[in-house]
Amino acid sequence: MSTQTRPREDLKKKKRQEVVNDFSIQVATVNGSGSQSSNNVLMRAIFRMGVPISGKNLFPSNIAGLPTWFTIRASKEGHAGRKKDIDVLIAMNPGTAREDVESLEAGRVVIYDEKLNLSKIRDDLIYYPIPFSELAGEVVKDVRLRKLIANIVYVGSAAELFGIEMTEVEAVIANWFKNKKKAIDLNVQAAHLGAKYVAENLTKSDPFRIQRMEKTQGKIIIDGNSACALGSMFAGVTVLTWYPITPASSLAETLADYLGRYRMDPETGKATFAVVQAEDELAALGMAIGAGWAGARSMTSTSGPGISLMAEFVGLAYFTETPVVIFDVQRIGPSTGLPTRTSQGDTVSLYYLSHGDTKHVVLFPATMKECFDFSIDAFDLAERVQQPIFVASDLDLGMNNWMADPFDYPEKPLDRGKVLTAEDLERVGTFARYKDVDGDGIPYRTLPGTDHPLAAHFTRGSGHDEESRYSERPEDYTNLMDRLAKKHETARTLVPEPIVRYTKGAEIGIITYGSTDVAMEECQEQLRQEHGIEIHYFRIRALPFTDHLKDFVSRCQKVYVVEQNRDGQMGDLIFLEVKDELGKIRKVLHYDGLPIDARSITDQIMAYERG
Amino acid sequence: MATSTPKPKKVNRLGLALSEYRGRPSTLCAGCGHDAVSSQIMKAFYEMGINPHQVAKMSGIGCSSKTPAYFLGASHGFNGVHGRMPSLATGALLGNRDLICVGLSGDGDTASIGLGQFCHLLRRNVPMIYIIENNGVYGLTKGQFSATSDLGSQLKSGVINDLPPIDCCALAIEMGCSYVARSFAGDPKQLVALLQGALSHSGTALLDVISPCVTFNNHESSTKGYKWAKEHEELLHNIDFIPYFEPIETVEYAEGEMQEIEMHDGSHIRLRKVDQDYDPMSRSGAERLLSKTRESGEFLTGLIYVNPVARNFFDLLDFSESPLATLPQEKVRPGPKVLEETMQELM
Repeated sequence: MSTQTRPREDLKKKKRQEVVNDFSIQVATVNGSGSQSSNNVLMRAIFRMGVPISGKNLFPSNIAGLPTWFTIRASKEGHAGRKKDIDVLIAMNPGTAREDVESLEAGRVVIYDEKLNLSKIRDDLIYYPIPFSELAGEVVKDVRLRKLIANIVYVGSAAELFGIEMTEVEAVIANWFKNKKKAIDLNVQAAHLGAKYVAENLTKSDPFRIQRMEKTQGKIIIDGNSACALGSMFAGVTVLTWYPITPASSLAETLADYLGRYRMDPETGKATFAVVQAEDELAALGMAIGAGWAGARSMTSTSGPGISLMAEFVGLAYFTETPVVIFDVQRIGPSTGLPTRTSQGDTVSLYYLSHGDTKHVVLFPATMKECFDFSIDAFDLAERVQQPIFVASDLDLGMNNWMADPFDYPEKPLDRGKVLTAEDLERVGTFARYKDVDGDGIPYRTLPGTDHPLAAHFTRGSGHDEESRYSERPEDYTNLMDRLAKKHETARTLVPEPIVRYTKGAEIGIITYGSTDVAMEECQEQLRQEHGIEIHYFRIRALPFTDHLKDFVSRCQKVYVVEQNRDGQMGDLIFLEVKDELGKIRKVLHYDGLPIDARSITDQIMAYERG
Repeated sequence: MATSTPKPKKVNRLGLALSEYRGRPSTLCAGCGHDAVSSQIMKAFYEMGINPHQVAKMSGIGCSSKTPAYFLGASHGFNGVHGRMPSLATGALLGNRDLICVGLSGDGDTASIGLGQFCHLLRRNVPMIYIIENNGVYGLTKGQFSATSDLGSQLKSGVINDLPPIDCCALAIEMGCSYVARSFAGDPKQLVALLQGALSHSGTALLDVISPCVTFNNHESSTKGYKWAKEHEELLHNIDFIPYFEPIETVEYAEGEMQEIEMHDGSHIRLRKVDQDYDPMSRSGAERLLSKTRESGEFLTGLIYVNPVARNFFDLLDFSESPLATLPQEKVRPGPKVLEETMQELM
């Protein structure tokens, strides 16, 4: 290999041991350069070889010109959390190339555009220089197109270097570009050129290899926003009102696409839904609440800044007992924060959002399956308990690519909650909107338009009595608030239960929720293999807590609450719940905006354990 | 006593008496213009034979926004948050497009805190009636200026308003509103006719009703007080409305003195020209006239602008004719084959 600089001695030793199906590839490009499709081709080609993958896009809040990194992790064990170390860097961005190369561990691989001359930076890495733009120039003459095609050239080169089969690369390209024959031909040709160049000019001297296995058959690759969108469609959502915000926009947009494809009434040709891009988040939620009041299954999707704006309306929905579903795809705050970085920083805000005494139901999906299932549950719950239901996702879950089993078709019919029709009213003969008839704190409602003299009531965000009349009487207010608290207790029995795993001989417990879970399997492995520590595991799937939480804490000698925010917000809520055992709780936190990784958790836990 | 037959109760085409359009007793100040508006709403809905259960009354916050409790007690109502009634109303109509939606707002609720939602409602041409009970003052919080307060007007405390008022009608025309009218709470005849026209209109019908605040903004210098309004009101037309279920022959208006506009439901609105040759279907004409009367310190009442054929928000969304809220599960949950197909695409 003529152009390669000399690797150090220890590297030579290491490369004799092959690393198969367990490494990460990071592609460093410029935002807006069209690398998205080629990164997808690379990721899906590995997936089609039966190797579990995850794909994370680290992107700037920018349309074009700023650096972006796409990381593909191949993991034979199926670990989908972020891997801290990058094993293979594909350096396409001159702006970050030096920094990217400098941040690598010794012995790692750099594939780069020859012109960047990166091999001079360090001598402890394995370098593969490739003339990407020249190769692309052999396929197309147009300068702009050549840039795009250069991306697929590196896919071909990487395939050749790491043993990714070209037939799979071709298959993914064909899928990606659907029926555009010309695009397919160009891309396939470019990929082959990239592969050919490697075969003829470079000698493989790194240990990383993809080898066919059988772990992805029948699996899908999906992002959480799409999974929530699909769930919402199968939940029968009829009104979607939203306002664009990263990282939640693709949830609404994907849902609108799916609705357009699958929710046109075959008899009338009309949409069985309404989608409105509102003028702001306040209006988005206002419309959703209005629709929920009228009896529709309505939702909005947003992120932190939108949640702040929605606070007042959330209080209205809580106090008037109006169903609505709110997706919060969390990003880093406070304020504008880091719009393209992930966080679990809205936990406490969501639980208590709005002024006065308010408490809400928050669901925390941690997997693609749960993004789908909880979206359906959220609509059932909203109508069952007649209040806003939050689905707390985050950028990592929502916008990154995850491997999952195909979703199961929902078995349960829609639960439309306690709604009295004209016939019901005729039968019952009496109706008071806010009377606790069943003793569960959940009253009955009638929908506007119900043709019965008993049906009408006046919904108001001001104080009201059981008949929904304006009231400032102290006992009317306290009765109402106590009933709402009782309803919260009922909700406790209806939300998804936690996932609890007790391990024989374990003394310490770990509590997580949401996307933090994806790093836990690997973390458990590290604790076991490196430190001989077994743990009990508890994953919260909803607020309010179920009774399982107190049991868990009392069975552990020490409990680590792991989450992705600065203050340990869920930890604080747990403090309130297990007041007698506060001393057991430790917070393990990760809040730099990058998805949490197993190593960071293991290291923090071990630092505590060593005292 | 036993010999006299009881006088037959007067009822509308649904067999409902006017009393069945009442709400709860008003808690506003005695003599409040808003109560007069409530009365005309009851009358208009009664005369048009609107079934109360089909009506959704929406409001924001403030004196005006309390009024939906005081009329149409047999209708559902939703008193939401300050300045944001338009989004609630839009959502309610998305959920159930069969609802006849009437929104009540004030000048603070509309032109101050709610200006954004107000404008976007008009842009969308959401089919509903939007009534501003405009008194140029914050009543519930005891008399602060609103965004429609007159330039130079004075609070009881002596504070003077230095900012120009927003003309909600001019703004509405600019925003593409398809039915823009102004009236006065003390002119029941005109108000009822404009409300009836609004009920037959297929897009957003805006009624800016000057409704004097007897407590905080009824002093001599206020242009929203009774005295000033009665003296300065310039009637644009004598307006009369003929609902489609009444025979057209009974109309007294002579040809040549009126302009007839066909509403979307086949009913007609007829405008009597007073001293101007006015065409309410001309947007630029409406803008000019509003500007002219504003300059001369007068307010124009009547139907200022109407576009009876403007596409409304439902037309644009092209969604189900039956209410989305009550579509059955088989219409809103696609079958297992759809899930299978989407899963295949992701493999």
